[in-house]
Amino acid sequence: MRTWQRPHYLVPDKRWRIALWIVFALYLVIGISSVEVNWQRAYEGLERGMRFMEGFVNPNFSRRAADIYSGILESLTMTVTSTVVGILLSIPFGMGAARNISPKPIYLFCRSFIAVSRSMQEVIVAIFLVALFGFGAFAGFLTLTYATIGFLGKLLAEEIEEIDNKQLEAISSTGASWLQRVHIAIWPQVMPRMIGLSFYRFDINFRESAVIGIVGAGGIGATLNTSIDRYEYDSAGAILILIILIVLACEYFSGWIRKWVS
Amino acid sequence: MGELEQKLVWHGRTKRKAWMVWGGWFAITLLTIYCWMEMTEDTIWFFVLDAPVQAADLIDRMFPPEWSYIHLLYKALWDTLNIATLGTLLGVILAFPVAFLAARNTTPSVVFVRPIALLIIASSRSINSLIWALLLVTILGPGILAGVIAIGLRSIGFVAKLLYESIEEVNGTSVEAIESTGASRFQTINYAIIPQILPAFLGITIFRWDINIRESTILGLVGAGGIGLFLSSSLNVLAWPQVTLIILVILATVVVSEFLSAKVRELLI
Repeated sequence: MRTWQRPHYLVPDKRWRIALWIVFALYLVIGISSVEVNWQRAYEGLERGMRFMEGFVNPNFSRRAADIYSGILESLTMTVTSTVVGILLSIPFGMGAARNISPKPIYLFCRSFIAVSRSMQEVIVAIFLVALFGFGAFAGFLTLTYATIGFLGKLLAEEIEEIDNKQLEAISSTGASWLQRVHIAIWPQVMPRMIGLSFYRFDINFRESAVIGIVGAGGIGATLNTSIDRYEYDSAGAILILIILIVLACEYFSGWIRKWVS
Repeated sequence: MGELEQKLVWHGRTKRKAWMVWGGWFAITLLTIYCWMEMTEDTIWFFVLDAPVQAADLIDRMFPPEWSYIHLLYKALWDTLNIATLGTLLGVILAFPVAFLAARNTTPSVVFVRPIALLIIASSRSINSLIWALLLVTILGPGILAGVIAIGLRSIGFVAKLLYESIEEVNGTSVEAIESTGASRFQTINYAIIPQILPAFLGITIFRWDINIRESTILGLVGAGGIGLFLSSSLNVLAWPQVTLIILVILATVVVSEFLSAKVRELLI
């Protein structure tokens, strides 16, 4: 007697399925065995882990209040300036990287700039910019601006490439110049999504600003690094809670703005 | 004919809305200027102006890359791949139940369980894997394990968020059809929901794996294993030709993983 069996959509051939599972299992064995764990050390760490949990539940905002305040302020100012400058610069790069409105040499240049900017990690860029511009928020600002151009430029270019061509044609047929076409036919079509993406990038920039401080590029990351290095888990917990709250606030606010815009 | 000669020019917006938009732009400009001044208060402009000279000097020292160093990097690269892959697996395994608890249509309780699941997602998403690694290295000691767990913790939020959104969008008809056979809650999920979200789930997993490869390359900076460990030690001794080589290797890895993930996702869809 045959019973009903669920159909397999992804890999219909049974032999392939078995082969894939075997490869997967083999990898797991090899991969996990390459992880060397010092169980003694991990066991000793359990107590610290418990203390971190305690610190997270019971955060201490007061011990490093001054450092936390200036760190958060620096992170926020870095985020605002780098997002604004990044957006302003990503507009020419994004338009240049859109196939349908820019000539080939400009297209190639902008595309490759965006590709390079996207494939480099923020932290690695920050290491170099700190070496060039010295420690502090200015290096962080440049890092985040650079990353923002890559991120928004690519999305803007894709957005422009997907616009409704009829409007562009209609405006072109009135004899509009290139600038007028961009302003009247393209901008209104990409604007709502651009605003949403800009707020999303603001959010990412804030989160990244907490990280690049670890390599000396200003912001709350430096404070966080110090408090973790000194095993002050209650201060670290306080900082992490602040980061989470600010990110949540950004997300809520950007959702509200997006609703208002579209 | 008199009416036609009115000097009405077309406007994009009503007056009130135009004023609000202007007000918004004005506020953003003021905020930016304030932030700029606050931020550059401690900036030493001499260093900034000096940067082009420094850049030329640095590039001069970075090239040519020290190719002979590469034989030390194979093992580190393998570790990095393991951190990313095992971390993604860990994150996905943990994210799966969280997503079902967070989706409105499958959560046991919208009032009690859903907010907790959303809180887990938000905390995991807000904190970068480098920060998780920083914490875990002090708890577990330096090594690959801290990296794997850091990547896993960071992946929970990302995977669970995208997954619960796709669970909420499943087709209700098939859920109803399974329910009408008298299936239990678990059976409904197994037969009506999982087949619908499986392609999305695999796509999200591979997408996250690609991001994790990127992130795991730098985890070594805080001691969590992988190629970043070598980057950090070369940086500490200012061995710039080695740094160049490591960055080239990282870039190549990122490009290859992005290509692979794009290809696999294309196959899935």
